[in-house]
Amino acid sequence: MSLVFYAIAGLTLAGALAAVLLKNTVHCALALTVAFAGLALLFLELDAQFAGFAQILVYIGAVAVLVVFAILLTRGSETPKDGVYSRNWLAGLVIAAGVFAVLGWAVLESARALPHETAAPTVTVLQIGNALMSRYVLPLEIVALLLTAALIGAVIVAMHEKEGQK
Amino acid sequence: MIETADQIFVLLKHWLVGLLPAGWQPVAGVVLSVVAIIAVFPTLFALTVWIERKGLGRMQNRIGPNRVGPLGILQPVADAIKSLIKEDIVPLSADAAVHFLAPLVLVAAVFMGFAVLPMGRNMTLVNMDAGLLFYFAMGASTELAVFMAGWSSRNKYSLLGAMRAVAQMISYEVPLLMSSVAVVMMTGSLSLTKIVAAQNHYTWGLPHWYIFTPWGFAGFVMYAIATTAETNRSPFDLPEGESELVAGYHTEYSGFKFALFFLGEYLAMFSISGLGATLFLGGWSAPFSFLTWVPSWIWFFSKLMLSIFVFIWMRGTLPRLRQDQLMNFAWKFVLPLTLLNLLVAALWRFLGEGWERWVVCSAILLLAYVFMGWEGMRRGHLGPRRYRYAE
Amino acid sequence: MLGEGILRGLAETARNFAGSFVSAERLTTVQYPEQRIAPMEATRDFPFLVYDGADWEAGLRCVACQICEKECPPQCIYIEKSKDKKPDFTGKPQFYPARFDIDISVCMSCQICVEVCPFEAIKMDTEFELSTEDRFGGLLLNREKLAKPNEHYHKIHPTEAAEVDARLAGEKAKADAKAKAAAEAAAAKAAAHVAVPAGTEAAPGGNAAGNPTAKPVEEESRA
Repeated sequence: MSLVFYAIAGLTLAGALAAVLLKNTVHCALALTVAFAGLALLFLELDAQFAGFAQILVYIGAVAVLVVFAILLTRGSETPKDGVYSRNWLAGLVIAAGVFAVLGWAVLESARALPHETAAPTVTVLQIGNALMSRYVLPLEIVALLLTAALIGAVIVAMHEKEGQK
Repeated sequence: MIETADQIFVLLKHWLVGLLPAGWQPVAGVVLSVVAIIAVFPTLFALTVWIERKGLGRMQNRIGPNRVGPLGILQPVADAIKSLIKEDIVPLSADAAVHFLAPLVLVAAVFMGFAVLPMGRNMTLVNMDAGLLFYFAMGASTELAVFMAGWSSRNKYSLLGAMRAVAQMISYEVPLLMSSVAVVMMTGSLSLTKIVAAQNHYTWGLPHWYIFTPWGFAGFVMYAIATTAETNRSPFDLPEGESELVAGYHTEYSGFKFALFFLGEYLAMFSISGLGATLFLGGWSAPFSFLTWVPSWIWFFSKLMLSIFVFIWMRGTLPRLRQDQLMNFAWKFVLPLTLLNLLVAALWRFLGEGWERWVVCSAILLLAYVFMGWEGMRRGHLGPRRYRYAE
Repeated sequence: MLGEGILRGLAETARNFAGSFVSAERLTTVQYPEQRIAPMEATRDFPFLVYDGADWEAGLRCVACQICEKECPPQCIYIEKSKDKKPDFTGKPQFYPARFDIDISVCMSCQICVEVCPFEAIKMDTEFELSTEDRFGGLLLNREKLAKPNEHYHKIHPTEAAEVDARLAGEKAKADAKAKAAAEAAAAKAAAHVAVPAGTEAAPGGNAAGNPTAKPVEEESRA
């Protein structure tokens, strides 16, 4: 738990808080991007290079862009009239605290349950590739199928809109 | 002697770092390399601005700027001074924080890409295991900066330009990655230094650059197209075309912020050309085995400047593509060919050494290209415009 | 085949690039302001007033008919007629402009003033380096600045000027011939009246009816 970890963790938390507390929706999306970047930096600090760069490439490069496009193409860019806080914020807080407690317990338990590692394991991209192709090939194919279905669905929706306009 | 000339910058760095106390040395080493990159590439940018203006002028049968200094060489200096002293106008209704941050995010993301390029033997700033992935991750961050610039200006033309730019960059990101994946597949590593090392062998004096293989040549052509689109260069410069959208997403920027956008665009061009040289043209390796005495960094920068010159040449020749034309081209032509290229690269590997693999792979790629081109022309997607007149 | 056009285009620009170093006549620009491209004959920039002879005030062709002022679309011409008359090139007394101002910051070089002028007095100049630091008066040309000799007109538009000169010379010749004919007719009338009293005793009424001038009749009747 070094200084670098605290700094990155602070950045991530600040980004996440800003994403829920800011009024302008686009500002929220950009703050979420900062939170993603913080997560990527955490991965890199733990020497998981592939995970960190994939996080940047996928989350910041694709998901954040998707979010801002969605905000742009809908009317979500205008500040909601009733304010950004919902009325039953207490229930939300309780649920969020419950989820956080469960996750925190699981993480701390796993640190106790797993055997002690003296050095951080280096996972190279080669090993990830091998694992994807041998041990995790079924999840890989299912994810590919899912993405193809999403792509085809998007094309069909767009085609229907075009036909609807005609 | 040759060794010294080749490693001169590395030796210089070691000597300078050695002057400092031991505790400071790692940090000082990194800082020195960063300073070197920040000094070299903007200088190259200034030189490129001059080359571009003169080159474009000559291609258009006129001399370029020739008033400021001999042959106009000080023109970039004049441009820099002009951009510094111009008034920085921010629109009243613009989102001030995002408007300010957008050029900074762009330039920062682009500068990060230089960290993994092998500019010479032992001259990579950070020798990462997943170097290529890092590069593309930084490239993806530039799209967000473009969007921020367009959105914060509160100008419908800027927004339109930003959306077009982001759509274009996303569409061509896939062919870019796919053509690089073929190289990664054949090398077996994402590390750029290993990719260069794999190309640094010579047979009968000729190098084993990937561009000299069928799949490498096709990959290089598609990489070049995707690169031109990623950096918003002609003929894909619709997002910033002056006659289309005033200036696209950087309409509302003036003075130094505009200069930062300009700088960001050219630096992106440098780094992506450098990556192309690394992946397909052998990075810092010499073209012939009898030329290995020339320092490696000279080869790298020569290949970089050659790519830049080809960019300028294309800018002076080709008209601009319309948004739907370039999207069609990306998804319906370049992407299928890149997927086929992956297949052909695998075939190349598994057919083993010999002349068969040359014939088979070249035949497949050529046939696919000709067939798709013919099909596209027949349907009217590609090729000269067909007119439909009212009956 | 796909891509053929692009390669041909690249070859063309490469040829341009290489050629621009080798042959200077390929270049389409000149080093302005040290070198200037000679303007074509039909170049037009802003109007000027033509005068014949040496004295610009006496030889000014403009007769202040104010047609150009009325026809000018952006209304950049301002004319004040004089009170007295001076003779023009045919000898006929005409008005002249006491003030003739053109605001060239408004003028759009449409040449309508030239087209409607019946006296070939206003023509288009080819001068374009007229920028000035005087924001208010520098671009308002008055009569003196606008007046330029006919030789200047010949220099900038030779064909037009030759045609205009021929036309004006023709009109002058016609006017001269008419004047001469009128003078001859008058002289002939005077000579006829001088010769008549020795001979005929024409009746005053008949004479008066035939002869428009009453005086010789009275002289005759008195004589």
